[in-house]
Amino acid sequence: MNNYLMGLLTIILGGLFTQNFIFSRFMGICPFLGVSNKTSTAFGMGMAVTFVMTLAGTVTYLVYQYLLLPLSLTYLKTIVFIFIIASLVQFVEMALQKYIPSLYAALGIYLPLITTNCAVLGAVLLVVDTYAYQTLAEAIIFNFSAALGFTLAIVLMAGVRERMENAPIPEFLKGFPIVLISAALIAMSFSGLSF
Amino acid sequence: MKNFTKGLLKENPVLVLLLGMCPSLATTTSVINALGMGLSAMAVLVCSNAVISALRKVIPSKVRIAAYIVIIAAFVTIVEMLLKAYVFSLSKSLGVFIPLIVVNCIILARAEAFASKNSVWQSVLDGLGMGLGFTLALVIIATFREILGAGTWCGIPVTTMGYRQNPALIFILPAGGFLSLGLILGAINLIKGGKRHE
Repeated sequence: MNNYLMGLLTIILGGLFTQNFIFSRFMGICPFLGVSNKTSTAFGMGMAVTFVMTLAGTVTYLVYQYLLLPLSLTYLKTIVFIFIIASLVQFVEMALQKYIPSLYAALGIYLPLITTNCAVLGAVLLVVDTYAYQTLAEAIIFNFSAALGFTLAIVLMAGVRERMENAPIPEFLKGFPIVLISAALIAMSFSGLSF
Repeated sequence: MKNFTKGLLKENPVLVLLLGMCPSLATTTSVINALGMGLSAMAVLVCSNAVISALRKVIPSKVRIAAYIVIIAAFVTIVEMLLKAYVFSLSKSLGVFIPLIVVNCIILARAEAFASKNSVWQSVLDGLGMGLGFTLALVIIATFREILGAGTWCGIPVTTMGYRQNPALIFILPAGGFLSLGLILGAINLIKGGKRHE
């Protein structure tokens, strides 16, 4: 039991720091660069991604274990998973609009973008590909902590970008180049955590 | 012809439009990987552009994005199985980034912006141009990273023995990916005369 809990803790720390989706696996870079202008919008995007990733992780795990594996249709996993994610995002959007309009107003504009966020598809594919996450609990925790790691990264980046607005940056580095270079500095400090 | 050449430099998907950032950071640790990734994505792009353009009058516009994604995912699965069968070591080192071609923004963006409005032949040309532009950008980034980070190019030693034993390892680590792309984009801005990205 103790070993099992330690394993879960390792997955959480990995998702948050050492195997951070942005800074060490390079997944979800598009929203990371696109929606990190302000801390508040970055946090909204992070929450929306966390919500969808945890749900998608649960559903795809069940579909893979109880549908694709018994029918030996595992080669269809890419198509099935992207279909599940796209419809899940659509359902979440409609459900939020109807039942929790305040949350919909906060997350609304980010939801459609999540379908093409490669962190979501990447995480669910990693769960079935690596064999390191055997149980449903492990799969859910992996997805949840990876999404929290994504949120951490995008909020950190937004904080840095807000400070940079008034900084004297050389003309040719303005815009994306300086953002990428500061991301490199954050990534260096994250890789320091894994040694 | 213009549809073919515009993807190479003027509207280069990675270096100018800044699309498809994830594979262009993750798979550029060596030139071989970058080439494999670029050509796989190009194959998917050309095929999906052709099919989507052929079906553009049949697909109802309300469900078009879902239809595009299913078409793209089908071709990605084909490419994935072919790579596994014929170049296993490459498919192993690209790993999860092969299935992730499905959510590569370049492919969906070309489907929506070009293939859904133009003829099959024009869409194939557009796919070829954009795919080659993507491959070119990936190879440029990978050249920079592999020479500095490992002292080789395509596995061929191009620096002194002393450098290869003690290279600037940071460039093939994740942090170096961000750094290299940032510096390359900065250099392009400098060449264009300080004109900055929007």
